[in-house]
Amino acid sequence: MKNRAWPAVIVVGIVLTGLTAAHAAERSAVAVSVQEFKFAPPLLTVRAGTTVTWTNHDEETHTVTSATGAFASAGLGHEEGFSETFTRPGRYEYFCALHPHMKATVIVR
Amino acid sequence: MDSIDRRGFLECMAWAGTGLLWTASSGVLSSRIVSPAAAAETRAESFRFAQISDTHIGFKGQANGDPTASLREVVERINALQPAPAFVLHTGDLTHGQKAGAFDTIAEILKGLKTERVFYLPGEHDVFLDGGKEYLERYGKGTVGGRGWQSFDYKGTHFVGLVNVLRYKGEGMGALGEDQIEWLAKDLAPLASSTPVVVFSHVPLWAVYPQWGWTTEDAERALEHLKRFGSVTVLNGHIHQVMQKVEGAVMFHTAMSTAFPQPAPGSAPSPGPMKIPEADARRMIGAADVTYVPGQHPLAIVDSRLG
Repeated sequence: MKNRAWPAVIVVGIVLTGLTAAHAAERSAVAVSVQEFKFAPPLLTVRAGTTVTWTNHDEETHTVTSATGAFASAGLGHEEGFSETFTRPGRYEYFCALHPHMKATVIVR
Repeated sequence: MDSIDRRGFLECMAWAGTGLLWTASSGVLSSRIVSPAAAAETRAESFRFAQISDTHIGFKGQANGDPTASLREVVERINALQPAPAFVLHTGDLTHGQKAGAFDTIAEILKGLKTERVFYLPGEHDVFLDGGKEYLERYGKGTVGGRGWQSFDYKGTHFVGLVNVLRYKGEGMGALGEDQIEWLAKDLAPLASSTPVVVFSHVPLWAVYPQWGWTTEDAERALEHLKRFGSVTVLNGHIHQVMQKVEGAVMFHTAMSTAFPQPAPGSAPSPGPMKIPEADARRMIGAADVTYVPGQHPLAIVDSRLG
């Protein structure tokens, strides 16, 4: 986790230059939907301090699990949610622990 | 080999949830749906056992508002069989997302089984929250190193239970891992090639539909060790529908869930519980193929139809 800071800065730099369309959300609270075994949007860019809330619209249980252990929800049932406030800039990749092919990213700038 | 009597089993499938009944005779396994009509015609030296899977205690959805009720029905069906099955295999996903209290609930329900023993394997729903801690505390006893894998012999047939949900990463596929494959090789080594072998695990040990994670990434390496045997039957769950494939002397078979059906591979945008009325789900859950497979001969691949 700690030695992640250096490559993370580079990755964020590349992504921000490469994806001009993925502009940062201006609000301090942003919703991500979990539906049909997908996180939507799959790539979310927010400002530091933003609270992201995921809501599972599937009947199947899903999780919001950071690839590095930075955050992890419990199993989210139908219409259950999970929130995480991102205070530090970086690139946060996450997946569903029950369906690891469900992957998405939050970029905090 | 297309001996599917679809009408025959649909008639007796007016109940939700399914247990598969297996009868072994001279190394030949045959399956049928558990129902009163399926009274045994077993020979004196043969035996039978039942397979239940994906009980998903804690689930509540359109297709099934109470999986404990459908499981209780299955238990009653199994108990009504004569002669009684020697044991029951549960091929995982006892709980739905390790919901609080779900392990206690299923333990209570399955106490109602009259069979001598129930052998368990975890599904990913049973272990994803805590890496299998609670599951192994409850069901790890008597397994290899307390890690959930197991083997036992029953009347000349060798049974192997493999855990393929504890390394559930990457592309969402099941995985066995090096340790377990090495153990399997050693476990099988002393057996004569004529020994009938039954392998059971949660995620299918064949590529049912990798796009939905319905496969085990290192299954091939485990199956290598089974190639010399004349009769191998692989029993899985996870996909909540009956599918079957025969490859050489190996027959792969997936069981239905006792809780809810999942869509056929690729027939929906995603897997997961089908959103259909309970009455329809009961029929879907009950729809399974009945096949007799002579295990000592290579057979053409059989892909069973879905219900």
